[in-house]
Amino acid sequence: MSTAAEKLTTTSQGSTTTGAARGFDVEKLRRDFPILEQRVHGKPLVYLDNAATSQKPQAVIDAISRYYEQENSNIHRGVHFLSERATEEYEAARSSAQEFIHALKPHEVIFVRGTTEAINLVAQTYGRAHVSAGDEVLITAMEHHSNIVPWQMLCDEKHAKLRVAPISDSGELLLDEFVNLLGSRTKLVAAAHVSNALGTVNPVRQMIEMAHSRNIPVLIDGAQAVPHCAVDVQELDCDFYAFSGHKMYGPTGIGILYGKSALLEEMPPYQGGGDMIASVSFEKTVYNRLPYKFEAGTPHISGGIGLGAAIEYLKSIGMNAIAAHEHDLLSYATDAVSEVPGVRLVGTAKEKAAVLSFVMEGIHPHDIGTILDQEGIAIRTGHHCAQPIMTRFGIEATARASFALYNTREEVDALVRGIHKVREVFA
Amino acid sequence: MSDLRDLYQDVILEHSKAPRNFRELAAANHKAEGFNPLCGDHFTVYIDVEGDSIRDISFQGSGCAISKASASMMTQSLKGKTTAEAEQMFGKFHKLVTGQSPANSEPADLGKLAVFSGVSEFPVRVKCATLAWHTLHAALQGKQEAVSTE
Repeated sequence: MSTAAEKLTTTSQGSTTTGAARGFDVEKLRRDFPILEQRVHGKPLVYLDNAATSQKPQAVIDAISRYYEQENSNIHRGVHFLSERATEEYEAARSSAQEFIHALKPHEVIFVRGTTEAINLVAQTYGRAHVSAGDEVLITAMEHHSNIVPWQMLCDEKHAKLRVAPISDSGELLLDEFVNLLGSRTKLVAAAHVSNALGTVNPVRQMIEMAHSRNIPVLIDGAQAVPHCAVDVQELDCDFYAFSGHKMYGPTGIGILYGKSALLEEMPPYQGGGDMIASVSFEKTVYNRLPYKFEAGTPHISGGIGLGAAIEYLKSIGMNAIAAHEHDLLSYATDAVSEVPGVRLVGTAKEKAAVLSFVMEGIHPHDIGTILDQEGIAIRTGHHCAQPIMTRFGIEATARASFALYNTREEVDALVRGIHKVREVFA
Repeated sequence: MSDLRDLYQDVILEHSKAPRNFRELAAANHKAEGFNPLCGDHFTVYIDVEGDSIRDISFQGSGCAISKASASMMTQSLKGKTTAEAEQMFGKFHKLVTGQSPANSEPADLGKLAVFSGVSEFPVRVKCATLAWHTLHAALQGKQEAVSTE
């Protein structure tokens, strides 16, 4: 596809989605998610824990069932009918993902278990090959543990140093500090696109440009971004982009690592086994070409197919329409929740996506979670696998409501009523 | 709402807001730290044991209403008890909050701690209610490592 054609597609998509956002039929979309029909503790389920995992539409559930009912077989090795069909479906999912994130080639899309495995893969292959004693890896203060610990392990092993770019009181990356930390010893930058605990959208385009001007490659943790906005890895020019299927309406246990061809080509393999080889003898093994070099063993076939269905589902709605709907919900919720006396929002960056973290004076988030649960409202409470952020804000935990395409203003109203109930119990 | 009131009884809320024996104990000869890594709750229990009896006991730290009230009421009920009695009470308390107490038998010997019976309807909160007790156990055993609910 030529760049011009791509631009044209983006533009026409952009104009249709304005209309789609206006006509965004959330009630109709909710019917695609069978789980949302249930009642919890006698109340309609209000599911606001989407940053932990999203619910799955019927299309995804059906794709997985169909695979097991009609296509189940191993891929990339059978000459028989079923194997051919399963392989076709699995590879079609890869192409869907490629198109979805605008990767140049399908082989730049590697199936992994999830964001965590994607980051560990890069740390253990690219990282171990390029980071030596005295080198540095730069992350930000708002990373999820999965974008901290793999780098810590690498730095420990290599006697390298993990550097952390600080954030402001509103939860925004301090870009000046970030750029100052990019030094001659920096071998890699790893940063979240969207913070899972704060909802901050990082200026990743700018960060990547800053790093690239010093020839430093960049990995973006896109776990919290891909479900909420259109992502174009070529436009971002990131070197690696990691995300999970289950946060974007797909199954658990499947995710994607995007990497630029040239980098993936020169990287050593991650795990050894079947499928990742071209030929094996006891003297020498020749590794398979991309992407299979990084996909040892029988993969999560139904997961890949399910993720493909989730991507097609998202494409059918349009990411810009989803972003507009969620933006509306977030600003409505931000206003409503911050008006409740004794409530303080944690993470008030100008650019945010789908996450509302808050604390209540004198009330522990765990208690907020239990009381809301009795109202049928599911939120997350705790440190959100981001303990350093909690430390940064001098708290131990927050209550976090996070939104998805199927959430409504009425559900936000239910959340606000629930928070009032919390206040009553603790009055 | 009635369910919630079973959990958040007035006595529990009151203790969570104004915990008793909430201080460091200079004379403590037993001390342990306890964590709940899932929610970040973190308490230190201090005990001054003389012979086999608990002369004084206190705690410090932070946590949810249930864990804090439980720690507060635990210190109140253990002062003056023997260490063996304390361990016994832990066993009974654990049965109470996990719903394993024999039906219709009011755990009279648990005294005021019986208000925690509502926890048994909220299985995910059992760890909150027992964190201080696990920490107490570790302190009495003289364990050096912090205990964790996980």
